[in-house]
Amino acid sequence: MKKFRKKTFYLILTIFLSFNHLNSAEMTEPIKVNWSFKGITGKFDRASLQRGFQVYKEVCASCHSMQYLSYRNLGEPGGPEFSEEEVKAIAASFEVTDGPDSQGEMFTRPGRPSDMFVSPHPNKEAAAAANGGAYPPDMSVLVKARKGGANYIYSVLVGYEDPPPGVKLDQGVYYNKYMIGNKIKMPNNLEDGLVEYADGTASTVDQMAKDVTTFLAWAAEPELEERHKLGVKVLIYLILLTILVYLSMRKIWSRIDSKM
Amino acid sequence: MSDHEYQPKSKVGKWFNDRLPLLTLGAHLTDYPTPKNLNYWWTFGGILTFCLITQIITGIVLAMHYVAHADLAFGSVEHIMRNVNYGWLIRYIHSNGASMFFLAVYIHIFRSLFYGSYKSPREIIWILGLLIYLLMMAAAFLGYVLPWGQMSFWGATVITNLFSAIPLVGESITTWLWGAYSVDNPTLNRFFSLHYLFPFLILGLVVLHIWALHIPGNNNPVGIDIKKPSKDTVPFHPYITIKDAFALLMFMIIFAGFVFFSPNVLGHSDNYIPANPMVTPAHIVPEWYLLPFYAILRSVPDKLGGVILMFSAIFILFVLPWLDTSKVRSAVFRPIYRQFFWILVIDVLMLGYVGAMPAEGIYLVLARVGTVYYFLHFIVVLPVVGLLEKTDPVPMSISEPVMTGGAETSLARKINEKI
Repeated sequence: MKKFRKKTFYLILTIFLSFNHLNSAEMTEPIKVNWSFKGITGKFDRASLQRGFQVYKEVCASCHSMQYLSYRNLGEPGGPEFSEEEVKAIAASFEVTDGPDSQGEMFTRPGRPSDMFVSPHPNKEAAAAANGGAYPPDMSVLVKARKGGANYIYSVLVGYEDPPPGVKLDQGVYYNKYMIGNKIKMPNNLEDGLVEYADGTASTVDQMAKDVTTFLAWAAEPELEERHKLGVKVLIYLILLTILVYLSMRKIWSRIDSKM
Repeated sequence: MSDHEYQPKSKVGKWFNDRLPLLTLGAHLTDYPTPKNLNYWWTFGGILTFCLITQIITGIVLAMHYVAHADLAFGSVEHIMRNVNYGWLIRYIHSNGASMFFLAVYIHIFRSLFYGSYKSPREIIWILGLLIYLLMMAAAFLGYVLPWGQMSFWGATVITNLFSAIPLVGESITTWLWGAYSVDNPTLNRFFSLHYLFPFLILGLVVLHIWALHIPGNNNPVGIDIKKPSKDTVPFHPYITIKDAFALLMFMIIFAGFVFFSPNVLGHSDNYIPANPMVTPAHIVPEWYLLPFYAILRSVPDKLGGVILMFSAIFILFVLPWLDTSKVRSAVFRPIYRQFFWILVIDVLMLGYVGAMPAEGIYLVLARVGTVYYFLHFIVVLPVVGLLEKTDPVPMSISEPVMTGGAETSLARKINEKI
């Protein structure tokens, strides 16, 4: 009977796994990138984060907002870790609407590190109107909001292709191998040499896609490095405590077991 | 029981205890005679208590920073994740804690099914446990709505719409639940209020659940009545407390693994997209712990029928003690029931799996087969097997798992293997 049970179990498992396979065959799986922030000790690549911010600022930010981030976050540990002066300069390069002042008027002033990232459009509707009716999603948590996470975002950025024969695209719609449904309203904005990296790295499409994805992964999970560090400590503590409690348990129960 | 004789040593203690016998209660809980053969499946009661308290404490802290408003809820969760000190940790413990809570409760329930813990004289413990489970599902559903992401919004829409299947008054009830003509800000606000209330109701039921447990005492893997206290029992403290602590720590290691290293793997990525009533997600799926019921709901082409069947799947458990006709509690001595138990486990896992898949093609067929079998198990298999099954010989006591005569050594070995 036991053997039978095992066999049934494996049979069912095989059936389920084959269904899964059929399901996933309908769309292209995202490219698997060996990100530095993967794994239990994963950390962000600091230089890549800084380059990624540059790509975001020069390319993405003209359409995509990142409303949950503040400029000060750019200088915090675990992030791009720009210096205090750099953060102040970055913030000051944006015009922030503030107010009302004592006259009841709104006014603009240069940004401060405590300000939230300035959005390119005043509201969702304006953003959609400026982009052919498609609202460019806020990128603060985009990596967490897509199945496949960083791999998916990276894949879409490098996944633009000419549509296969038979696929007709409307005006303002582009073909992308990895996008769900293969149709995307965001044009391919990356081309080799588009930005000039301060650290001299060659700005290939692949490099820029990796850098900006790293930046977005950090933006979605700014606590990642702290979480990993604390997690390792917590696990070590719990495992040691478990061993001690186990030994105590053996000792205490030996009074009973010996009588059995 | 020995706690009748308990007398505090100090004068103050005696004065207090005569007026409110808290010290007697403490002594009772410490000395509580527990079967000495409890295995690790019995540690989940303590683990569940830990889960409830963890959810309450983290939940209270989250509520200090969360804003229950349709325009602000999503942002306030991001505020917790980014700006509140260790807010990410508290929120991830709370969100993964819900999953760990359900993992533990399912093990706890299936342990009861295997060892017949629901049977006389423990029916009230079982029913109180089911009420706790029902409230847990309600609390988890309400809590999942609060971040106001896409799955929050559409999950709430699907579940609340179930009530519209009720004839005549369904639409009115749904509108009343929403506080609006669709899932909207009033819905979110009341869901927050109820989500804060339910854990305390659960806590009250847990007290009753433990109280009811302490009347007959624990069941045990052999499933026989034992004399208390006797050489078959050990005092709850330190024997059970240390064992529970060890099991709890193992559980916490897994818990911490999720919280620190893959905090979002049990959730749905769509819930990081702010709720949008104009865009329906491709697949609306509940959290994993509700999937078997979701599969049952969708296996019926008729909405009202699906709703009735889904609720029946839970309510049938309430009469389980009277559906099971076997005099023997533990499946250790029930060779036929044991097989059906494992088939039920596989059936429920399969229902959970197809609940996550689109309701079409082979998945729909599997959902229907799984649903029919689920009910067959309780309505047909349990009563019939209980009457027809030839059970293995049951020992007289835990310390002497022996009946009479020469078969004693082999039987004792058999029991030791099985436990």
